[in-house]
Amino acid sequence: MEVKLRIKRYDSERDEKPHWQEFTVEAEPTDRVLDVLLHIKSYIDGTLVFRRSCAHGICGSDAMRINGLNRLACKTLVKDVSSPIEIEPLNGLPVIKDLIVDMQPFFEKFRIVKPYLVNDETPPPVEWRQTPEERERFDDTTKCILCASCTTSCPSFWTNREYLGPASLVQAHRFIFDSRDRAAAERLDVVNAREGVWRCRTIFNCAEACPREINITKAIGQLKKALVYNRF
Amino acid sequence: MYRGASGMYSWIGRRVTGLGLVLFLLFHIADTALLLWGPEPYNLVVRIYATPFFRLAEVGLVASVIYHGLSGLHIIALDLWDRAHSYQRQLVILEHALFLILFLPVAYVMLASWLLH
Repeated sequence: MEVKLRIKRYDSERDEKPHWQEFTVEAEPTDRVLDVLLHIKSYIDGTLVFRRSCAHGICGSDAMRINGLNRLACKTLVKDVSSPIEIEPLNGLPVIKDLIVDMQPFFEKFRIVKPYLVNDETPPPVEWRQTPEERERFDDTTKCILCASCTTSCPSFWTNREYLGPASLVQAHRFIFDSRDRAAAERLDVVNAREGVWRCRTIFNCAEACPREINITKAIGQLKKALVYNRF
Repeated sequence: MYRGASGMYSWIGRRVTGLGLVLFLLFHIADTALLLWGPEPYNLVVRIYATPFFRLAEVGLVASVIYHGLSGLHIIALDLWDRAHSYQRQLVILEHALFLILFLPVAYVMLASWLLH
């Protein structure tokens, strides 16, 4: 089948503003949008740039806006999106070139919530044990692949780049509700700050955009309740 | 333009109606304050509310109160019950269905009493 694409092109070192470029390629309905982009880069226009690494929905590097929605190019089939396929970089992060955005502001917010297990106690002889119920509390938020689809779909983040954003709050949730962790109070202080959890307006764009189907708004709601009731 | 799902459009509706209500309150405080200068200026301004534009704006005001109120209840449900997050789309549909059920009869009564007399 013939597929038309409109790709937003921009080179921060040359262009004053972005422009659209159209391509027409042959593709199978079951091809992924990533396959089509790779075809364009390999055979039509080698100057087109985008990130991709594993190409199997695990690394999260090829998140982009496809027909107005944040999606992983490697998990989106051509037959599931209407033609012409409009492809833009993620919104809310500085564009470096074409579909590549500067992820530094995103990872800075990720690091603020201490996204690692904190426990200075002497480890048990074999392993830290958890009941299935204890594990269940944060199971959903362990699935995050840091693709930034959620944060860059959030209107609160678009209007206030200081907001921690859904991805950072997902990481906070993952450790705050982990029974083995001992830094929940510190993390709750961070998410309770002015640019923290209270900026969430329960819009649900984040949950809709997440390629791992994490119920992000629910996780943020649980953080709010942990703060209000001082219970976690 | 980001093509978000129902939650995003519900949020835009909440914002727009919220701004409308703030605007109404400012008007309302200002026109009521005219009583400080006696009944004449107050009656003069209140007469403006009988013009077609403000008649329609009144219907918009009722729509805003109902929509914003229901939207607030929707958010309260999400804040209080974790389980409500799994039924977000159904809650948006319920919110808008209730809005139509409450608003349409009121709008009919308001517009009919105006247009038929």
